Amino acid sequence: MSVPLQAGMESCVGPEKGELTPAFESQADELISRYPVSKRSAVLPLLHLWQETFGYIGPRGVEWIAKKLSLQEIQVLELVTFYPWFRQKPVGRFHFRVCRTLPCALGGSGKTFAALKKLMNLSSDGHEGAMISEDGLFSLEYSECLASCGTAPVVLRNDEFYEKVDEKRAADLVAGCR
Amino acid sequence: MAITQHRLIFKHIDAPGYTRDIACYRKHGGYEMLKKGLGMGGAAIREEVKKSQLRGRGGAGFPTGTKWGFIDPSKVTKPIYLICNADESEPGTFKDRQIIYKDPHQLIEGMILSCFANGVKLAYLYIRCEFTEGWRILETALAEAKAAGFLGKDILKSGYDLEIHVHRGAGAYICGEETGLIESLEGKRAYPRIKPPYFPAVLGLYMCPTIVNNVETLCNVRHIVEMGGDAYAKIGRPNNTGTRLLCVSGDVVRPGYYEFPCGAVTLGQLIYDVCGGIRNGRKLKAVIPGGSSAKVLRAGETYKMKAKDIHGNTVDREVRLEDLPMDFDSLAAAGSMAGSGGVIVMDDTRDMVECLANISAFYAHESCGQCTPCREGVLWLKKILARIAEGHGKEDDPALLRDVADRIAGRTICAFGEAAAWPVQSFIGKFKEEFQIRIRRNGTAAKTDTVSLTH
Repeated sequence: MSVPLQAGMESCVGPEKGELTPAFESQADELISRYPVSKRSAVLPLLHLWQETFGYIGPRGVEWIAKKLSLQEIQVLELVTFYPWFRQKPVGRFHFRVCRTLPCALGGSGKTFAALKKLMNLSSDGHEGAMISEDGLFSLEYSECLASCGTAPVVLRNDEFYEKVDEKRAADLVAGCR
Repeated sequence: MAITQHRLIFKHIDAPGYTRDIACYRKHGGYEMLKKGLGMGGAAIREEVKKSQLRGRGGAGFPTGTKWGFIDPSKVTKPIYLICNADESEPGTFKDRQIIYKDPHQLIEGMILSCFANGVKLAYLYIRCEFTEGWRILETALAEAKAAGFLGKDILKSGYDLEIHVHRGAGAYICGEETGLIESLEGKRAYPRIKPPYFPAVLGLYMCPTIVNNVETLCNVRHIVEMGGDAYAKIGRPNNTGTRLLCVSGDVVRPGYYEFPCGAVTLGQLIYDVCGGIRNGRKLKAVIPGGSSAKVLRAGETYKMKAKDIHGNTVDREVRLEDLPMDFDSLAAAGSMAGSGGVIVMDDTRDMVECLANISAFYAHESCGQCTPCREGVLWLKKILARIAEGHGKEDDPALLRDVADRIAGRTICAFGEAAAWPVQSFIGKFKEEFQIRIRRNGTAAKTDTVSLTH
């Protein structure tokens, strides 16, 4: 017997767990109210809200947002797969993004990345999405230009932004999570 | 430092004690220009912006007055929208970040004035989501401005209503392209729209007339209202008016952001005097003068330029790289562009193969995938460059790269095709021997350095 295919199911880990609180709903409604001309404009804001709440965007998120905005599920899913910020799988509790682009590379972001990878005990080369540590504490990926080239190399740890992250500073950042 | 900056937009940025809240902004004359502008009327503001000859600061350098001039608010029956492009993501550029994080109200005041001038009632501030604190700062600043009566209904009892909302992007460089940005704001993939119409002024957001301006451009509007268009046009050089924010990164002693009248400093002064020269006592090898899309300039190059002699006759003049004025026209005459003002400096130890491979990896990642020459071609550029960098290059790879790049530029819906092709065309053209040497050394070219620029 075949299982009905849910939107985005083939590339994600399964439905996101967790309760949809009234606070979440009202936040979503406030975001939608910013686009009086077209509700569809609220897809990106709702995807951000969902990912910030549940950690990633799986079939449940796609379905909920599509219903909320009276869209087809594909109109939501195609954004999840297009925009690099969105993910269909959870990442570690501390998610690190290291800028890879030229000015940061000239400033040594490759060394920073290698140092972080070693400190987090990660394998694979990081070119196929984020690497996640076995205990789920850390994840690491390269990111393209973060627009702070004068203080290269730069790193985002979850929402916190760090400048001039050399190998020593990288070790401090990792130690700060434990 | 022999050269002093002319800080107009960066006047308060990094000043001791200056904070980003509205109270501090107002203490320093903030929102006074909004009062002045509301008194002047929209048409008068538009006239001043035209007189100022301000050119857009996002990359293309298109005259702002002309862009606004495509829309006549008195004749348009549909709503008019304005979008602030704060999707700053051109590698090498970090000027908007300073404004958003340290002086957000300056941007908001410039934006309200621009909206008022063009009869806009609803505007969006499209900010890249990687500015994780930046969008919250803007939300707070907008709320402060609204509470003070500078936004919302009947602004300062002028009868003018305006709402501005923050809209976060989601990590796609292509959203910096104005029609891609509009698609993204409409809740779609950021596929740039086919042209014509060439400007969203005709059909933009929700198929209505729309103005898309860069953060720096909108800040300039506030200063134009303050000093008047004619006075503003006296800063800088003819056709290159006002100040320019320059961001310097890479191998210099003091990387950072600086503000000068357009063309007031040369590339040499910027690198050697302002930024303290090349790091670790090394020598300059190459510089990208206007964001990673701009064509690279090689140390030791000279450029033929038109100049006026003392009798006012146009003569050909040879200009050294170090003597290139940092303005739109000079950098265009040198075969590159002023672009977004991001200057990336590379010293003589840098491997040009790896630098280009790094740049092309960026464009391969960021191609939206809509046009085949770009989607397939840029990926090929990346793969060929990676194989040369890894020591598996083929004899005719430089020619192949050139061929692929030439077939992307001019064959795509938006300028991303050019942005991806220009670095390849210029690096291969100017550093061909480095590519050939690297290929000849194949096999033995394995890097001693385990961390490559290409990763």
